Amino acid sequence: MFAQAPARVHRRATNAAAANRYVSWGRYPQAAQAHIHKPAWNDEVAGILKAAPEGSLLPYGLGRSYGDSCLNADRDLIDCRRLNRILGFNESTGILRCESGVSLADIIDVFLPKGWFLPVTPGTQFVTVGGAIANDVHGKNHHCAGTFGAHVRKLGLHRSDSQRDGLLICGPQENSQIFRATIGGLGLTGVIAWADIQLRRVAGPWIDAELIPFQSLAHFLNLSRESDSGFEYTVAWLDCFAGENPRGIFFRGNHSAENTKQLLPRRAAKFPFALPAWALNRYSVRAFNSLYYHVHATKKGAALVGYDSFFYPLDSIRQWNLLYGKQGFLQYQCVIPEGNVGAIEELLDRIAHSGMGSFLGVLKQFGSAPAAGMLSFPRAGLTLALDFAMRGEKTLDLMRSLDEVVLHSGGALYPAKDARMSPALFAASFPHWRSFVPYIDPKMSSSFWRRVTEAK
Amino acid sequence: MSASANSTSAGTQCIGGTTPRSMKRVVVLGATSGIALEVQRRLARRGCDLALVARSPQRLAVVQSDLLARGARQVLICAADFTNIQSHAGILDFVRRSFPDYDTVLLAYGTMHEQGESESSVDTLLDELIVNYVSAAAILTLFAADLEHRHTGCIAAITSVAGDRGRRSNYVYGSAKGALSLLLQGLRSRLHPAGVKVITIKPGPVQTAMTDHLPNAARFAEPELVAADIVRALERGAPDVLYTPKIWRYVMTAVEHIPEGIFKRLNF
Repeated sequence: MFAQAPARVHRRATNAAAANRYVSWGRYPQAAQAHIHKPAWNDEVAGILKAAPEGSLLPYGLGRSYGDSCLNADRDLIDCRRLNRILGFNESTGILRCESGVSLADIIDVFLPKGWFLPVTPGTQFVTVGGAIANDVHGKNHHCAGTFGAHVRKLGLHRSDSQRDGLLICGPQENSQIFRATIGGLGLTGVIAWADIQLRRVAGPWIDAELIPFQSLAHFLNLSRESDSGFEYTVAWLDCFAGENPRGIFFRGNHSAENTKQLLPRRAAKFPFALPAWALNRYSVRAFNSLYYHVHATKKGAALVGYDSFFYPLDSIRQWNLLYGKQGFLQYQCVIPEGNVGAIEELLDRIAHSGMGSFLGVLKQFGSAPAAGMLSFPRAGLTLALDFAMRGEKTLDLMRSLDEVVLHSGGALYPAKDARMSPALFAASFPHWRSFVPYIDPKMSSSFWRRVTEAK
Repeated sequence: MSASANSTSAGTQCIGGTTPRSMKRVVVLGATSGIALEVQRRLARRGCDLALVARSPQRLAVVQSDLLARGARQVLICAADFTNIQSHAGILDFVRRSFPDYDTVLLAYGTMHEQGESESSVDTLLDELIVNYVSAAAILTLFAADLEHRHTGCIAAITSVAGDRGRRSNYVYGSAKGALSLLLQGLRSRLHPAGVKVITIKPGPVQTAMTDHLPNAARFAEPELVAADIVRALERGAPDVLYTPKIWRYVMTAVEHIPEGIFKRLNF
């Protein structure tokens, strides 16, 4: 008896340390979770839900949300990564059924060789299907394909309040309200057991890509407008240090008919350690952006590129988030409603004045398809995403100043990227959020949700 | 039947045994264990046929659909409880009916109770010994006889580095795995003349459901890594004893050389 006691104390301490390792992609804020559940089978999930107290659980995938929407400070996470089985695939319809912990990378590995690709993909393939649904992610084809959620045909959902031990099955026709709540529902409506996803046919792994430098926002808007009908994928990288007339690189592309050339897998390098804070400053970032612009400007024109370097340029450096050092970073992604270019100019102006520039300014014109989920972020307009190293109050001040512009324009912030928006800005971004609340599973909660709704 | 062709080549290449052997039909006992799941995915990608045995029919069905999607040509499943020794003949029957020319058997199941529970409860102790050693010895003996008779194939079983030396914190599990390692050693010698390979797989701690409750579980080896080593060994029919990750061969050599007088004072 006596000999066992110290061992138990030790075990609890190390379990807490392991719980601490669950961070979001921005590594800010860092929250210690009370306990991590790791079900390896869907038949174990009902028991976890049953045993938990109210408001104590949150499903976790690959942790690519940037802020605190995938964290549950002082409460529990359900790590869904072991729920990673493919349950079926219909060759004639292209509908895939898989468990929620399957990653998009895994889907590509298995189905691209068979001539199928994701209907929508975000800028990293290292997200789970569950995460892609819970954040209703979008990609470079939003203007023609909408969000990931628009291609989900059916879901099996573990709910703590479901009768018996069965799954709640929902889809656009069946239990459609809970379905719409779960898409973009930040994991709060239950644990997704499996999802049916409509894949799309492609000839091969190649993209006919084109790269065009631009020197002003007006130039970007023209490029975007003229590309919308002829190109499935469009996005722009923006140098936010360039001042009045922001320069950038416009990328556009389509799946290529090329299917004979073989694509060799890329070797991913790994970012070795957290960079010290001084290494990133206005001069080094400005120099990087300038270099990036000029290197790409020399490559302008059309080319055949692999899907991986076209969709996932950053996936080639694993753990690139360590670039921002121990204090982590914040991503600011907003959408500004159609026709309000002045607001984008104002945002860029405020950033330029702050001197806290970002490596990765991304600009994209969203389409006007109706939202797939109740809390879906994408809506008609321009979306701008910028990364900022976390430098304490100074960084938060800049963001508050950007918030004013977004609020004033009638825009919105993206919960998946957020670590600090105010309840007021959340309410303005999602004016109907209260009609989502009845669909929350009583056992679920998250750090993000408690913050923006001021709930317990 | 390719069995006779195999037996001649196996007979001439037994020393070292590093030439790739033909691995087309693999039997996995304990197919829903964390390491087995990863091994099976690799085998599926190679287009192997698989016969899977585990306790839960629902979980087996999930694994079956996953492996078929990932490239396995055939996946046959059989639900059975290995601790029910009477059921073993039925398992062998299922395998022979599914794949009369199966060429590889991997035993991958095991349990790990908290050591303290085995110290205070004889029932738990017996359970640990029966699952990890007695049932494994019984079923491997059946398969050994079958393969010996056919003069071909490979038997591999996952034991543990914990079986290399009895430690204060884990000796019950360790004793069962150690006994299994000895059994495999004997089998290897017995089956050598018949050209049947026997591989003892000794993983260090691996991140699976079995070890989640242990301290430092986050630092254990990734199952993908261990599975890659295992598949390589199955393919080559060698080495006789596989430590994975490799570092454990050196760690355990050092651990085995600590004098007992010192070792008994160590708290690990």
